[in-house]
Amino acid sequence: MVIAAVTLWFILEKVFLIASIIGLSFFIAMYTTLAERKIAGWMQDRHGPNRAGPFGILQPLADGGKLFFKEEITPVSSNRFLFLLGPALAMIVALVTSTVIPWGAPVLTAAGSISLQVADVDMGILIVFSVVSVGVYGIMIGGWASNNKFSLLAAIRGASQMVSYELPMSLALIAVLFMTGSLKMSEIVSYQMANGWNIVYQPLGFLIFFICALAECNRTPFDLPEAENELNFGYHQEYSSMKLGFYLFAEYINMFVSSAVMATLFLGGYDIPFVNEANWGLEPWLYSLISFSVMMAKVSFLLFVFIWIRWTIPRFRYDQLMNLGWRKLIPLALFNMVLSAAILLWLKS
Amino acid sequence: MQLTQRAKPVDRSPMTFLESLYLWNIIKGMGITLKHMFLKKATIQYPEEKRPFSPVFRGLHVLNRDAEGRENCTACGLCAVACPAEAITMEAAERLPGEEKLYREEKYAAKYEINMLRCIFCGLCEEACPKDAIYLSQTFAPANYARKGFIYGKQELLIPHPIEQPEAYHQALGDRQPSTKNANPPIA
Repeated sequence: MVIAAVTLWFILEKVFLIASIIGLSFFIAMYTTLAERKIAGWMQDRHGPNRAGPFGILQPLADGGKLFFKEEITPVSSNRFLFLLGPALAMIVALVTSTVIPWGAPVLTAAGSISLQVADVDMGILIVFSVVSVGVYGIMIGGWASNNKFSLLAAIRGASQMVSYELPMSLALIAVLFMTGSLKMSEIVSYQMANGWNIVYQPLGFLIFFICALAECNRTPFDLPEAENELNFGYHQEYSSMKLGFYLFAEYINMFVSSAVMATLFLGGYDIPFVNEANWGLEPWLYSLISFSVMMAKVSFLLFVFIWIRWTIPRFRYDQLMNLGWRKLIPLALFNMVLSAAILLWLKS
Repeated sequence: MQLTQRAKPVDRSPMTFLESLYLWNIIKGMGITLKHMFLKKATIQYPEEKRPFSPVFRGLHVLNRDAEGRENCTACGLCAVACPAEAITMEAAERLPGEEKLYREEKYAAKYEINMLRCIFCGLCEEACPKDAIYLSQTFAPANYARKGFIYGKQELLIPHPIEQPEAYHQALGDRQPSTKNANPPIA
């Protein structure tokens, strides 16, 4: 019976953790939309939304409410089932990716340590990659089921873009894995806590990874699947109401999760920089809280950079996109990988 | 022939590998956007803040009264003739005995309408008027739901009575002097 009790406690803990991470993802995604509009405003010498509540902090609620009250249209010529599946898949995939990310130091209690990570599996980062690859189905199915030429074109663009940019992304990741020697997210973080952040040793790898992350999230300058002025909003052109909201929201959750992945892989995860926090002798829960805040600070910074880039750089042309991916980033990532391997071998011998 | 020294030949040499990564130029561009985040905003937040008008701004029309509150307009029709947009219509009427306190001269405008959708706010009516009866103020026409709402009659155009509503009168008058032009001797 003891085993059953432990199992129930384990399930409760994980359910609570999953619920809070999903809630957190939604919350952050909501406020990323506000941040996006605010920062866009500031960069264009405007104020951004500032009417809904003080400084516009109720703007995301107003936007969401508006989406709920919009008329929901399903085109006659569309495939009903796939038309619904598209946004659902995009949202599910965006949320599932956050399972393996360690959000903070484990909380040590009398009952044992509670990890702030839903699943610390051995192949952690690989799960992120495989799930992100499924994400393209959300775009493809949505664009195809709409039965609209623009949507289909956008879906094809999206698929080819994702396939092209996953390659240099994984190649940049391999160089990181050479150093950490583990796919486990928690071990990647503890390696960085002991040896310094990966971005210091892998600046080129980080750059490549970041560019590819932009492309994977369909963010400007790689937002070809939803190019407003050439494809009429692309794959979600036929969508309305909350189905459109799901697509837009999934994009922001993707941004949040990929920022978290980058923070974990390259910026030391929940590590507090320049100090050895183990010597502070803090209460475990307080230390967990601080480490979680540090993680969130890193994620927020990366989200800011995402937005900053969006409002600076114009969109690539399709041929430029393919050129950059296949003829610039992949050779660079290969070079980075070989160089890292050579240096590591030289250091070991 | 070269007119100025400002022409620069375009550099069409092929990009080097580093240039083709666009990195340095992207960083430069991001510096510009970051700088703009901290610059002064160009926005005028309308209901709270208003853009100051220049003194020669030509806004909504006002039908003037003299210092005793009598309407200046004699319905001569010169403004309607001067109007290039044909926005002004009026009907004249004769002043009856006992109405001397309302209208300054023997003839007055019984109906005076300006279509604000036709009006181009050129101010020619103000220039044409020999009686200082119409001038353009420093406010603009507010939005309306129907076209009908943009046809302004005497109700909307007349300046408030200077003796009965002195505050509203002076507000509508703005920087202008009260009308004295062609003033008749006061009625005994």
